[in-house]
Amino acid sequence: MRVEKCFFCSAPIYPGHGINFVRNDSKFFRFCRSKCHKAFQKKRNPRKARWTKAFRKSAGKELTVDASLEFEKRRNEPVKYNKELWQNTVKAMQRIEEIKTRRQNHFIANRLKKGKELRKLADKVEVEKNIHLIKSPAAGLKQRKQMVEVVMERDVEQMEEN
Amino acid sequence: MAHVVKHITVVPTYKDFVDIVLSKTQRKTPTVIHKHYKISRIRDFYMRKVKFTQQTFHDKLSLIISEFPIVANLHPFYATLMNVLYNTDHYKLALGGINKARQLIDDCAKDHVKLLKYGDSLYRCKCLKRAALGRMVTIMKGQAKNLLYLEEIRQHINRLPSIDPNTRTLLITGFPNVGKSSFINKISRADVEVQPYAFTTKSLYVGHTDYKYLRWQVIDTPGILDHAIEERNSIEMQAVAALIHIRAVVLYIVDISEQCGHTLEEQLALYKNIKPSFSNRPIVIVINKIDVVKPDELPEDKSKVIEEFQAEGEPVLEMSTLTEDGVMNVKTEACEKLLAYRVNQKMKTNKVVGVANRLHVAMPKKRDNKERPPCIPAKIMKKKNAMEVDEPTRKLEKDIEQELGDDYILDLRKTWQLANNDDRYDTIPEIWQGKNVADFIDPDIMKKLEDLEKEEEARDKAHYYSMSESEEDEETQEMRKTARKIREKRKLITLESGEKRRVEKSRMPRPTKRSRSVAQLEADLGSMGVEIPTDADSHYVRAKTRSSSRPPLKKARDQSEAGRSRSQSRTPRDQSGLRDKKMVTKVKKIAKKAQKERNHMAKKGEGDRVILNMKPKHLFSGKRKSGKTDRR
Repeated sequence: MRVEKCFFCSAPIYPGHGINFVRNDSKFFRFCRSKCHKAFQKKRNPRKARWTKAFRKSAGKELTVDASLEFEKRRNEPVKYNKELWQNTVKAMQRIEEIKTRRQNHFIANRLKKGKELRKLADKVEVEKNIHLIKSPAAGLKQRKQMVEVVMERDVEQMEEN
Repeated sequence: MAHVVKHITVVPTYKDFVDIVLSKTQRKTPTVIHKHYKISRIRDFYMRKVKFTQQTFHDKLSLIISEFPIVANLHPFYATLMNVLYNTDHYKLALGGINKARQLIDDCAKDHVKLLKYGDSLYRCKCLKRAALGRMVTIMKGQAKNLLYLEEIRQHINRLPSIDPNTRTLLITGFPNVGKSSFINKISRADVEVQPYAFTTKSLYVGHTDYKYLRWQVIDTPGILDHAIEERNSIEMQAVAALIHIRAVVLYIVDISEQCGHTLEEQLALYKNIKPSFSNRPIVIVINKIDVVKPDELPEDKSKVIEEFQAEGEPVLEMSTLTEDGVMNVKTEACEKLLAYRVNQKMKTNKVVGVANRLHVAMPKKRDNKERPPCIPAKIMKKKNAMEVDEPTRKLEKDIEQELGDDYILDLRKTWQLANNDDRYDTIPEIWQGKNVADFIDPDIMKKLEDLEKEEEARDKAHYYSMSESEEDEETQEMRKTARKIREKRKLITLESGEKRRVEKSRMPRPTKRSRSVAQLEADLGSMGVEIPTDADSHYVRAKTRSSSRPPLKKARDQSEAGRSRSQSRTPRDQSGLRDKKMVTKVKKIAKKAQKERNHMAKKGEGDRVILNMKPKHLFSGKRKSGKTDRR
């Protein structure tokens, strides 16, 4: 029993799900749902459909090269059953999963940093250039004037006193 | 004979021949001529006819001459055969006649063409042509018999058997009715008619047989009688021709039972008679019909004849074509003899010496007398022996199933060989959170995981992950909020403006009511933090009044004035909008000047676009010859 991968979108296919197409050169094409199957029949390229894993990987949206991704593989080497090895493997899988998730998250966050910076810059420019829309430059002008007048009067008085 | 002579086309009879040629002339040359044509043309017309007829005759006759075989060039066997069948003299005469006719026709045509050159009228030319064709036909008429004869030969030649005089051949001969045709039917694929009377076979027959993967030609000849060669008829002569000219093994068949009507003595005499013509060729004497009379049971005088046959120095074999006794033996013997003979012939030629020098047959010597049996490993030997002896085999799954019956459960794990055999029946995990455990199975997984952990630790130490989580300070947050506010405001303004400027119906140039109001201005500015002074000396209050006003264009009606006011007549159109007299004259001058060009074109003014005559007669009538559609 295996969990297969969808040929088109790389989603896991659990036993009893999906559809299987076998070409006359005996290559298997598994599809998780009719959406993927139809896309395949229309000869769509999974790398060009934006919703597939293949696109995200090829377009650099996701982590592709990393040591944590090297663990899961079809090795095609028969290994004799060994209780200890199996137990270790199941334990290791959990840890690997943790590390992998962390690295993937970090990768995405890193990738999004640039956009953040750009937005910040855009905000700054916006505030500098268009502040007049919400706050008139004339605001508080009159009070300042009055204050200046008061100060001057006071100065005059002082001078007179002197 | 098909392989010697290629396909010969049909030779038509005299009448057909002439018809073919003349109708071809009629079809392929021009047919219309009139007497008022130029005389050279008329002469050419008839000369062409004469020449064409001659050429056609010439071609047809040449074809006949070239297609029939020339006797001198044929293999002597075929030459003799043709002589026997068709009489070479007659054949040669016929072909010669045709050749002569061809020459005559050529000459005749030449003469008449020469005469035609001097023909002075259509009638005379025509007569000359008629004469020429007539003479040609007459010449052909003389060849009528030859044509018939050649056609006969053609038909016969095409049906002759294709005998190759140079291959391996078995030639069967003997008195009539001794069983020659029966023999060829037995050993080859031929199907020759066999009847119980003499001269059933009237011509040569060919069959083919295989021996030693080679193809052998078997020729059945008509029977020959024992008399002088001059007395032999054409049927016998065919057999003789074959006997003389074909390099083959000769099977002389003797009828021991004398049922053929010829005694053994006679047969011996014939053999002695024709033997000289075999000249060095291998001979096999075959005694046939031993099913009727056995050689041992013959009376003494007859067995003496047989002995005499044996004394000739050639192998004497016995067979019965009826029971097929010894038939294959005869064939084998004859073939072997011919092969040996042919090899011997070849060895005598010069060519062989050159080849034989280069041949060497290697015969390796034995090194020693040591035995070298094949090496078979002991294991294989044991297996081999086990196969022969019934040893108890191990218990198969099938046997267990049969023993247990319905209680049987297939157990594939019991034969697993693990490090710890107790683990055989463990439940093995296959899937964990959508991942295949099998994909992670790797004997070095723990080591690799350790490496990964180390890497992770190093990253943590270098604050690799925390770098990305740079927190925003208050200032930027504030800025973002402000920017958002500004954007919202701008959006609102845009929407409002769009609303205001939306065109639903035609606009009046000036709004009747001012959309802006002092109150609104106060509110707007107030929201942006500007306080507006409301006292009288604020400049925006003053702005309502006009600073300086022009005197009114019209004098206002004064109620005090008595009587109706006089209406003013309109200014004339040619003066409207003009300042003064001076300007009027100037304008008139300009207008006159502008009209000058149009006057040439008979136009009233710039509004005059009339085309008086859309279709002027001279452009749209008469034959079209020179010029263009619009200007001719």
